[in-house]
Amino acid sequence: MQSYFWVILHGSLLTVGVSLLALLVSVLFGLAGAAAKLSGKPVLVGLATLYSTIIRGIPDLVLMLLVFYGGTIGINTLLEKMGSEATVDIDPFMAGVLTIGFIYGAYMTETFRGAILSIPKGQMEAAWAFGMSRFQTFIRITLPQMVRYALPGFTNNWLVLIKATALVSLIGLQEMTYLAKQASAATRSPFIFFMFTGALFLIYTSVSLFVLKKINARYSMGTKRGQL
Amino acid sequence: MEWSVIFAPDNLALFGNGIVITLWLLFASLAVGGVLALIFALLLTGPWAPLRWLVGAYTFVIRGTPLLIQVYLIYYGLGQLEWIQARWDAVWPWVYFKEPFFCALLAFSLNTAGYTAEMLAGAIRETSAGEIEAAHAYGMSRVQTMWRVVLPSAMRRTLPAYSNEVVMMLHATSLASAVPNMLDVTSAASRIYATYYLPFEAYLAAAAIYLTASFCLIGFFRFSEGRLLAYLAPRKH
Repeated sequence: MQSYFWVILHGSLLTVGVSLLALLVSVLFGLAGAAAKLSGKPVLVGLATLYSTIIRGIPDLVLMLLVFYGGTIGINTLLEKMGSEATVDIDPFMAGVLTIGFIYGAYMTETFRGAILSIPKGQMEAAWAFGMSRFQTFIRITLPQMVRYALPGFTNNWLVLIKATALVSLIGLQEMTYLAKQASAATRSPFIFFMFTGALFLIYTSVSLFVLKKINARYSMGTKRGQL
Repeated sequence: MEWSVIFAPDNLALFGNGIVITLWLLFASLAVGGVLALIFALLLTGPWAPLRWLVGAYTFVIRGTPLLIQVYLIYYGLGQLEWIQARWDAVWPWVYFKEPFFCALLAFSLNTAGYTAEMLAGAIRETSAGEIEAAHAYGMSRVQTMWRVVLPSAMRRTLPAYSNEVVMMLHATSLASAVPNMLDVTSAASRIYATYYLPFEAYLAAAAIYLTASFCLIGFFRFSEGRLLAYLAPRKH
């Protein structure tokens, strides 16, 4: 009985790994999406809008099943048509990371777009006047300032993303939800194991919330708040 | 791609049945969760500190753990408790804990209640002091002020956030497929995938159904916001 708790605790490392990698992917997608939406080029704006609208309209679970089961068959059919004998199995870890990252990238797109729009336009114009390139302006001027505006939305997305990692258990990744289910099937005491897993998730979300609050305080340093 | 499989009468019926179950789950959990959320929000903003902490702890736990764990805890977990086991064969409310639909519905309702309560409590707290003072000046009691002035305005101001929650709930109902013997849209797709080994067609069809439902809900909320929040919109002339 006790060893199962250790197994689940060990599985929590995988949960942390999946969520952090997925976060990285989603931030990349989010930045690309926001850049496309603000680029003013009709094709890019259209593509980014299509991405953020469609992805946010479909449940995570359905997309995950689509990528995991559909992706395997799709890639193998493609390989077969190219005349290769090899078959590929999509790994649940990669499928989970990529799908969650892709989905939450759509939410990040909106968060980042809003944050960039909140920065006074004069800041960027001043940077251009100094002769900085678009990239330099982004790294030196836009990025440090947009953190403050993006953090509240980012925190929300991150908390939802952590909870979405539990879904990866349904496509067979052995993270803590999966292990808890196995343990309950083996010992016939599901209540205690699911409570334990829930508590671990609660710790993870609480710690994230605490850290992000600290970061938020740091990035909002010196901003005046109106007094009512 | 073999779309003809999806449009075979049997499979269309499977999806049709799935849509009915999904919508049932959605609206029933929103109704139950909405009533609970109203009570919780009133307690969260109310004068009794112990109740405030209790409800605060509840929303903290609900919002900090994955819905899938909550569903598992209710469907698999409660069956382990001897207290429930002794009752679920005969004693009235507990017999329902053997039914997957009831368990999923309970989990979804408790979940959405936690999120909605915090939104509504936020809106109640942000009601402008002037409105409440005006109500007091008219001689309204606390209950009357809440019922006539604060709640109607707070519920309207929650609408934009609530529309997100409703779409999230629609997506959350896909987790019902994690419970055996539930035939919602996602389970229908999984069954077609398992029978014909056609993952693209099956899950794309499900995705299209959810997408359509999401757009309908969003459209409905846009319309309601235009009507119910018209007095808060910026002046157009």
